[in-house]
Order: sequence, then C-alpha cells, then structure tokens
Amino acid sequence: MIEVRDLHKSFGAVKAVDGVSFAARDGEITGLLGPNGAGKTTTLRMLYTLMRPDTGAVRVDGIDAAADPLGVRRRLGVLPDARGLYKRLSARENIDYFGRLQGLDAATRRRRADELIEALEMADIAERRTEGFSQGQRVKTAIARALIHDPKNVILDEPTNGLDVMATRAMRTFMRRLKDEGRCVLFSSHIMQEVAALCDRIVVIARGRVVADESPAQLLAQTGQATLEDAFVSIIGSEEGLAA
Amino acid sequence: MKSLFTVFWKEIRENLRDRRTVMNTLLTGPLFAPLVFVLIINTAVTRELDKAELPLDVPVVGAEYAPNLIAALKQQNLRIKDAPADPERAVREQDADLVLRIPKDYAEAWRKGESAQVELIFDASQRDAQGSVSRLQRVLDAYGQRTGALRMIARGLAPDLTRPLVVAARDQSTAQNRSSTLFGMLPYFFILGGFIGGMALAIDTTAGERERQSLEPLLVNPVSRGRILAGKLAATSLFAFVTVLLSIVAFSIAGQFLPTEKLGMALDIGVRFAALTLFVMLPLVLLLATLQTLAAAFAKSFREAQTYLSLLMFVPVIPTLMLSVFPIKTQTWMYAVPLMSQQVAITRFLRGDTVTAQQLGLCFVCTAVAALIVYLITARIYDSERLAISA
Repeated sequence: MIEVRDLHKSFGAVKAVDGVSFAARDGEITGLLGPNGAGKTTTLRMLYTLMRPDTGAVRVDGIDAAADPLGVRRRLGVLPDARGLYKRLSARENIDYFGRLQGLDAATRRRRADELIEALEMADIAERRTEGFSQGQRVKTAIARALIHDPKNVILDEPTNGLDVMATRAMRTFMRRLKDEGRCVLFSSHIMQEVAALCDRIVVIARGRVVADESPAQLLAQTGQATLEDAFVSIIGSEEGLAA
Repeated sequence: MKSLFTVFWKEIRENLRDRRTVMNTLLTGPLFAPLVFVLIINTAVTRELDKAELPLDVPVVGAEYAPNLIAALKQQNLRIKDAPADPERAVREQDADLVLRIPKDYAEAWRKGESAQVELIFDASQRDAQGSVSRLQRVLDAYGQRTGALRMIARGLAPDLTRPLVVAARDQSTAQNRSSTLFGMLPYFFILGGFIGGMALAIDTTAGERERQSLEPLLVNPVSRGRILAGKLAATSLFAFVTVLLSIVAFSIAGQFLPTEKLGMALDIGVRFAALTLFVMLPLVLLLATLQTLAAAFAKSFREAQTYLSLLMFVPVIPTLMLSVFPIKTQTWMYAVPLMSQQVAITRFLRGDTVTAQQLGLCFVCTAVAALIVYLITARIYDSERLAISA
C-alpha cells in the first residue's frame, strides 16, 4: 500500500511536481499516466526516497518515508528509470549483490534468485556476464535484482521502455503475476494501450498535478469519450507528448 | 557493517575482473616508477664513475707553443687531440665538450716569468661536460701552482709565502646524507604509486557508476549512503595500498642493485625502511583515495572525472618541488602537513636519520585527520540528491 499526500517538488523556478496525491492498493495495478515531462519520474523518485519532497508526505505500508527512509526502501522493489547493470558481473551476481544489500541470508538469496530467474525466463543468461546484454535481458536482470527481497510493493518506472513486442508482452504477464501474488504494483507510462490493458486504477498526471484518479471505466464515463485515448486527451487538454 | 563489506567485496571482485585496472594496480603503478628510478640512478652513477677513471680527450689549439704543459697534461691521463677549426662553434654545437687554446705569446710570457694565459672554452649549461671541464681545470691549476712553487724556490723564497691561507675542507656529510640529494624524488614515486593505484576505482565507483546508470538502483537499497561510500572508499584504498606496498617492496629489492657503495654512499634500504615507509603512507593512501573519490563525485562522466584526477595528480608534486628548490631544514611543523610530512619522513628513513616516535605520530595523526575531513565532505556530497541522478 503506497499513499501519497500533496507532494511538491521544485528545481529552481521549475515546479516539477505541484501537489500530487493518490493511493496505490495491494492486489491492484496502478498506472501513473502522463505525457513526457509531466512529473512522473520525479514523483516516483520521491516515493522511493531518492529525493526529498519540498512538502507533502509519502507512506508505504503505513511507514512515513521522511521519518524512516530505510524502512520504506525495505518494503519497496524498484525498477528506476536508470537501470544500469555491472557489466563485469554475471546476471546472477548482479541479483545476488542486491540481495546482500537487502540483508538476506545466503539460502534465501539463492532460493529467491532461482524463483525470479524462472519467472522471468532468464535461465539461459543467468550465468553470463551482463556486458552485451540486449535491452530486454537488461530489464529482466534489473527487475530480478529489484525483487530479490520479495517486496510487498513494486514500483516500475516506464518498465516497457525500449522493449520489443515479445518482451513487452512478457513484461505485462509478469506484472499481472505480481498483482495476483497480492502485491501493490505501481508503474508509470506514457503509453495509453499499456495502461488500459493492465490497470485497475489510472492516475493521470499533467504539469505536475493529478488531473484524474479513476478506474478505466469511470474515466470513460466521466469524460464521455469512447476510447481511453480520447479520454486521456480530453483530460490533459492537449495531445502533447502522447504516444499510442 | 555487513553492507559496508558487501559493497567493498563487490567493488574488489568487479575490478579484479578488469584487466586494465589490475595491470595498473599490480604492475604498471608499483613497478614502473621505482624501476625507472633505479635505472636512471644506476646509469648516472656508472657514467660519473667511468668518466673519472677513463682518459679524457682534450682538443688543444696551439699545442706546439707549450710542449712542457702538454707533457704535464699527458701525465695526468689526458689525451691531446687536434682542435676543430672553429672551437667556439664546436663547443656551442656540442661537437666538443671543451677546447683548450694556447695563444702564440704563451711561450714569450712564460719565459719572462709573467702570467701566461691559456683559454678554456666550454659551455657551462652542458651538465654532461662539467666533470671534464673541472677535471682539466684542476690539472691546469696544479701545474700552475707547482711551477710557481719551483720559481719561488729558485729565488730562495719559501713557496708558502704566496699562500697565506690554506683551506682544509672537512665534509660533515655522512655517506647516507650524500645520497639523499639523489633520492629526494623517491617519496614522490611512492605517493604517485598510491595515486595511480586508486585512480581506476575512484572513478569507476562514483562517476563511472553514474555514467552507467547503476548508481540510482544501488541507492534504492536499504543501506545508508554513508555505508555505501565507506565500502567504496575501502575498496579504492585497498587497491591504492597494494600498489604502494608493491612499490616499496619493488624499490627495496631494486635498491640492492644500486652501485651506491662505489660512490661512498650508504642507503638504509631494508625491512626497517619498508615498514616505516608503509606506516607513514597508510593514512596518506586513505587521504588520496578520499580526495580522488571527492573529485570524481563532482564529475558528470568518466571522462570528466579523469580530467579532474589528472589535475589532482599535480598536487603531490608541490611539496617535492618546494623541498628541492628551497632545501629548508627539516622542522617539526612539517610533520603536521600531509604530503610534506611523508616527503620529509621517507627521505630521512632513506638517509638512516632518526625520526622520533612523536614526529611519526604527528605525521600519521595529521594525515589521518585530513583524510577524515575530506571523507566527511565527500559524505555530504554523497547525500545530495544531485548525486544519484544520471541524466
């Protein structure tokens, strides 16, 4: 369960996030939808405590991010916008490193890594050094290491960015699986179809503000549009930065 | 503490897999500088010795005007050669180290008992020729004085009459002391070794990690940034320390082959020298590793970090240069200045001079405190939001 209340963040004169509030519930996929530059990544960075909000509060499973950032990070599995791997380590070693940093014992690390390698269908690349990995292989490794500690809450920043069709499908299947396991899944995207296909709840952000927080059906009803794409355009008031 | 070791071991393991880093740390850094140093010293010393023993070629203009002088020169193991057509030009263009010119009126002046002049043509800026020039000068002076004494005796005067003052030189330098001027550069090589050894990791663990976009995912783990920094610093320091250690060992072994005894020098290169040098270098290695990491933390990219660190490499030269240009007496305050204290202490270890326990302690503590201060500054930089953002 991730709760966000009235987040504000400015860089100099630019208000990147200007009053964002929403909640992402357990057992649901929540999509953070918005055009490029709307403040999605900055919002997520404040969620996983990389940045401190100017004002506002973040609570993860009831823990306040400002008071106990390490506690919050322990409950989060994060695939950030930056997903660089250590190229001189194998995929499994990359995953294991994060397991150690999460404080897991050797047996747990081994078991969890095997589970994730199987779930992400990456057994063929697990023992290879990550230098020369394809974009899809890199994302799989990055997700596996982010989830090594079996977190209840999962944050994915544009998870399908740069993936081909097959890899995107696999990613969606995997996200549904996370939801079915009862986790709280929060992901950002600027791709309408993706959000429509996956989300139980859509939070639309534009110019640093939440402009809608509904289920897909409610969003259609509210705007009186036939498709989500039209609904999205009518909500943010322009077609700027929108990809189908 | 466990997470600190996790970061430490991962950085060690990852960098040991990088052949270039390993080569720099274990081979180039520690071996190159001391070996080149020993080679240069060896060549220089051997050449000086050769020159003193070998016959010296002296081109002479007008040798026919002074047969006695020429005979005396030949006795002193000098070989008389025909002079080039234009002696001044030959010396300027380094075709000849020196030329002796005996003017036509030499014989006339000599016979009358007046001061007969000979010209010694040389180039004082040619260090290489200095030994030959001063050797010829000594031979000429001795010939002049001997002839002068004979003339005094012939007139029934005591030769001492013209020498009211005799200077007896009493050189107080010990054999170790004399060699120290040659070895003033040595501490810099050790310091440089530490610098080279830590460089790859300092860049890789901060600027490199940011450029590869792996810093943000790393910082999302439930480990404080101070711990992550400490683990990275420990890895960087270990690499630098290994380089310095190998560097000292390499020099201690290579130093045994220096022909120092031929020059009447004695160097105290042994276990004691190695241990003491390692002791004063230990906090400096930490300081350098932290400084390098700090500089790399400001850089946006690998390349930028390399530029900063290359500039930083000139900092350790400053005390070395200062001490060789202004050879001031070693004073206790110097042991409180990082870099300078290592310079001073290592030079004294080499000469076999005593460094008191108090001075050693001062050197260690002050450098360690400097390292701690730089660490705290670096930790602040690490805590800034800006650090993690790659793009």
